[in-house]
Amino acid sequence: MSESTIAPQHAQTPPQPGDLNDQLIASDFWTDQMLAEAGIPVVDVPFVTFGGGIGSFVTVDYLRICGVPTSAMRVLTPLKTPWESYEYLTTVSQIPRGERLRSDSSSCPDNIWGFPSYAIREALQGDLKQAWNVLVEPIFANYYTPRAGHAFESMEKEMYRIRYPEMVVNGQVRMVRRRVGGGYFTILTPPEGATPTRRIAYRSQWVHVAVGYPGLKFLPDLQRYRNEHNDYSKVVNAYERHEHVYERLHQRPGTVLIRGGGIVASRVLQRLIDDRDQRGLQTQIVHLFRTYVDRPHGTGILKRRKGADGWAYQGFNYPKSVWGGQLKQQVRKSEGEERARLYKEMGGTNTPVRRDWKEQLQRGRREGWYRVMIGSIEEMKPVGDLVEVTVNTPDQGPHTGTFDAVIDCTGLEADIREHRVLADLLDHSNAQRNPVGRLDVQRNFEVTGAQNGGKIYASGSATLGGPFPGVDTFFGLQIAAQEIADDLIAQGFAQKLGPGRSTSQWWKWVRNKQI
Amino acid sequence: MLPTLSGRIQTRIFLLAVVGSIWTLIITPVLPTGASLAASYGATFSVLLVVLVLGVLWEFLYHGIQQFRWEKDWPTLFGLLTGIPEGLLVWFLFAGGAIPWIDSLPGPAFAIHFVSTWLIVWLVANGPMRVPFIHWRINGGRLI
Ligand SMILES: Cc1cc2nc3c(=O)[nH]c(=O)nc-3n(C[C@H](O)[C@H](O)[C@H](O)COP(=O)(O)OP(=O)(O)OC[C@H]3O[C@@H](n4cnc5c(N)ncnc54)[C@H](O)[C@@H]3O)c2cc1C
Repeated sequence: MSESTIAPQHAQTPPQPGDLNDQLIASDFWTDQMLAEAGIPVVDVPFVTFGGGIGSFVTVDYLRICGVPTSAMRVLTPLKTPWESYEYLTTVSQIPRGERLRSDSSSCPDNIWGFPSYAIREALQGDLKQAWNVLVEPIFANYYTPRAGHAFESMEKEMYRIRYPEMVVNGQVRMVRRRVGGGYFTILTPPEGATPTRRIAYRSQWVHVAVGYPGLKFLPDLQRYRNEHNDYSKVVNAYERHEHVYERLHQRPGTVLIRGGGIVASRVLQRLIDDRDQRGLQTQIVHLFRTYVDRPHGTGILKRRKGADGWAYQGFNYPKSVWGGQLKQQVRKSEGEERARLYKEMGGTNTPVRRDWKEQLQRGRREGWYRVMIGSIEEMKPVGDLVEVTVNTPDQGPHTGTFDAVIDCTGLEADIREHRVLADLLDHSNAQRNPVGRLDVQRNFEVTGAQNGGKIYASGSATLGGPFPGVDTFFGLQIAAQEIADDLIAQGFAQKLGPGRSTSQWWKWVRNKQI
Repeated sequence: MLPTLSGRIQTRIFLLAVVGSIWTLIITPVLPTGASLAASYGATFSVLLVVLVLGVLWEFLYHGIQQFRWEKDWPTLFGLLTGIPEGLLVWFLFAGGAIPWIDSLPGPAFAIHFVSTWLIVWLVANGPMRVPFIHWRINGGRLI
């Protein structure tokens, strides 16, 4: 998570003008008068989105295309660009700009139509192989995925085209509260010294919450190791900066323990093996799976996911049709337990099949520098320069080994309460939890229970478990944006995107004409 | 494409009726049918109609096959290659005289018309369709 996502704001500062007071903090509903008494200036704008990552960006993009002027929307965010937080995460987890992401060709956060898709754009620039790839995937080729850099550059272009910077206000959102008389107040804490008051209130009829990950939770063993031994360098999580691990392996040969069976594990393995190949290193790798998938698996002949060599294989983080087809429709119609069951069937850690990864691991197995273990970590402790790890294996009991580094490639997302604003929504705005414990949203992505002569919408990872499973992806965020825009269109805030408007707006996109 | 059953059927009908018809209007005069223009149009539009009607039935089969796919998707290539059995079936029906109101249709004329129409419809379905119909791709190919 980016620093801004997890930075706690609990620090006590001496009272400043225009700060929250006890009455405001304690009240579920605020009046205009209460803010005036606290000296907090109020800014009026119909639509506020905060987070300012990819979720906010695609939502504002959609609404701009539906004719909403920049003056009617504000993006409250600590980020300089919408992909800043995302790029931090992809970079540390070994996807620099030149590497390929994990979403399909037509998941284009810079283009609401998904056409022309990334592969076609690459083909138009001369790389015809990419067009062939999307023609024959996933049967005769692995899924095409865009380069990270391609996604960022195209988003940058779209950002200027829709005049996004004009809508951005810098700062951190502290809370959203309902307003007596309708609508909401969103409290922004601008950067220190940027404004005369400590807080600013945005008074709006609609609020969109897109704060990304509530926080990152580490597995208890990793947490315990850190607490007890105060060592943050030999045992790392792949979502943290851990370049020093690769550098150390460059200086002296070593053995690394990798844990996890998801895409991040695949990436980290690729990095280690690329370093072996390109820099002539002698790194030994032990890979720990908790669940070892050795064959296709699932609940029946019609629900069978590919798997081999420990990995469950799937192109994207959910089966593809959750982004528009059969599974999307099925989950949308489901509620409660039925929905939880569908999530369970589709869930589980998985990674895409990629030829180069398979080749590397096959070679490693053959040559003996890549070994696999099944089990879970029981204990870790530092021994000199190394870490001693005891693994509990299901059939052979505990095993102990020493490693130069442990790279944990599991990432559990923290409870939504870990995020201050989400916790505040649960405590003060009547927001609810969904069947998997996250923020409950309706089919139009409105936060259940929070209506107040206006609506709070939410999208992204915090809403996973709702009627649409693909929320935490580029295309998923765009699908949410479409649902939100349709709802706002019905309330008269934006113009309908019928065939005529849609086509003419698309043509503007093609010509990169500013709107 | 990520179609649902009703999305498949709707898309099939829409694309053949709109894109297929426009293309048939354009190409028929230059086809080597050896017949008058009116008779040629009669034949090519009959082909289009038969592809559409049978197509709706084919879609049920495709939907069934799709159930065996974990992702419940329909790869782009399938959309192209299904043209082969569909085209052959339609050709056998015409050549075998099963379409009573059409006397004869030369093979080359049929092939050019069918293949070009199939390709154009497939191309439109794999991209341009999303431009006017922004909801289409997230609604499983449904238009209504
Ligand atoms: C390593 C990794 C790789 C991924 N790869 C892909 C991929 O290839 N394809 C794909 O489709 N999806 C991918 N995803 C999933 C998803 O698309 C991205 O994580 C995406 O960035 C999510 O967008 P978001 O807007 O929800 O969150 P973010 O882009 O993270 O933005 C949320 C922002 O909200 C801000 N924020 C938090 N709290 C506050 C507050 N109180 N006030 C103001 N701002 C706040 C934070 O600064 C944060 O940056 C990937 C995710 C990860 C972690």
